[in-house]
Amino acid sequence: MMVYIQLFFEFFKTGLFAIGGGLATIPFLSDLAERTGWFSQVDLLNMIAVSESTPGAIGVNMATYVGYEVRGVPGCVVATLGLVAPSIIVILIVARFLRRFSENRFVKAAMFGLRAASAALITAAGISVAEVTLVHTDRWSQGLAAFFDWKSILLFVVLLAATNLPKLKKIHPIAFIAVAGVVGVVFRFAGA
Amino acid sequence: MKELFELFWLFAKMGSVTFGGGYAMLPILQRELVEKRGWVTNEELADYYAVGQCTPGIIAVNTSTFIGEKRRGVVGGIASTLGFVFPSIIIISLIAAFLSNFAELTVVRNAFAGIQACVCVLILNAVVKLMKGAVKNVPAILIYLAVLAASVFFGLSPIILVVASGLAGVAVFAARGELK
Repeated sequence: MMVYIQLFFEFFKTGLFAIGGGLATIPFLSDLAERTGWFSQVDLLNMIAVSESTPGAIGVNMATYVGYEVRGVPGCVVATLGLVAPSIIVILIVARFLRRFSENRFVKAAMFGLRAASAALITAAGISVAEVTLVHTDRWSQGLAAFFDWKSILLFVVLLAATNLPKLKKIHPIAFIAVAGVVGVVFRFAGA
Repeated sequence: MKELFELFWLFAKMGSVTFGGGYAMLPILQRELVEKRGWVTNEELADYYAVGQCTPGIIAVNTSTFIGEKRRGVVGGIASTLGFVFPSIIIISLIAAFLSNFAELTVVRNAFAGIQACVCVLILNAVVKLMKGAVKNVPAILIYLAVLAASVFFGLSPIILVVASGLAGVAVFAARGELK
């Protein structure tokens, strides 16, 4: 029983202090590994790789994985609930506040700035995904041909055109994701 | 009760097709909630992401709570969040139990590399849609460019950028005399 309470609170803490995306949880988990010995730093690397390549938010997947390693399926449920509890509490309060003051001029003015910032931060996130996907930053010294990941760039361009064709626009994003996954396997995108 | 279960199920479906973090979820949210159901607008999604970045927790979870709360209050927020994490619990338990070398499998690495290229496209399309609603005049474009540069070139924390943009919004309104 004790270990479940500890799991819940460790992930509650992570959820409370890891602000932003799932990768913000990594330093907390690394520290958790050191303090509790529940899993090793090597396990953590494997968990990050699995969390990134499976559906679901990376941070949630990480909590689920650690919980599973510590106490199986019940551990996984407890860790995940711990992680999302602070979000639920804080966002419920903020949502009420925003609704209550949505007509306030200062709130309206602040939201005007926030929306633009939000679009910019999402663009920046898109750029960082593109950086690891479309180019090999580590091969810069080997010339342009080695720097660009030509297969990925070609797929990117084709998908960009396809998703914006009036006829194909209505297709659900998951269909494009599935096609891209198949193309990746057929043409060995990871080079393996 | 039926609507709560629908919320749970809808977010479970969206959670099972989101590869990456909260950003990868945006195109799915736009399709399911803005275009198909009309539950939220692109402007509201931009608000949720902005607030979700500078409040505790994972962005995707924060956004799920926001939307659920808008539909069905406190229990709606809880139902949608639990729905969103549900597929993770199942998928990760299965992988941890049977396929601990999952991420090293050749087929997984190749598929994931292809999916990543698609995620870039989807995020790009999502941002364009978002900007049509949220960034339509000169002050908004200036804030957008400043935040983008500060984030890409200087790696400034989103918290600082969101707070600064909120203040910039207040300054813009004050300069236009719209605060009195």
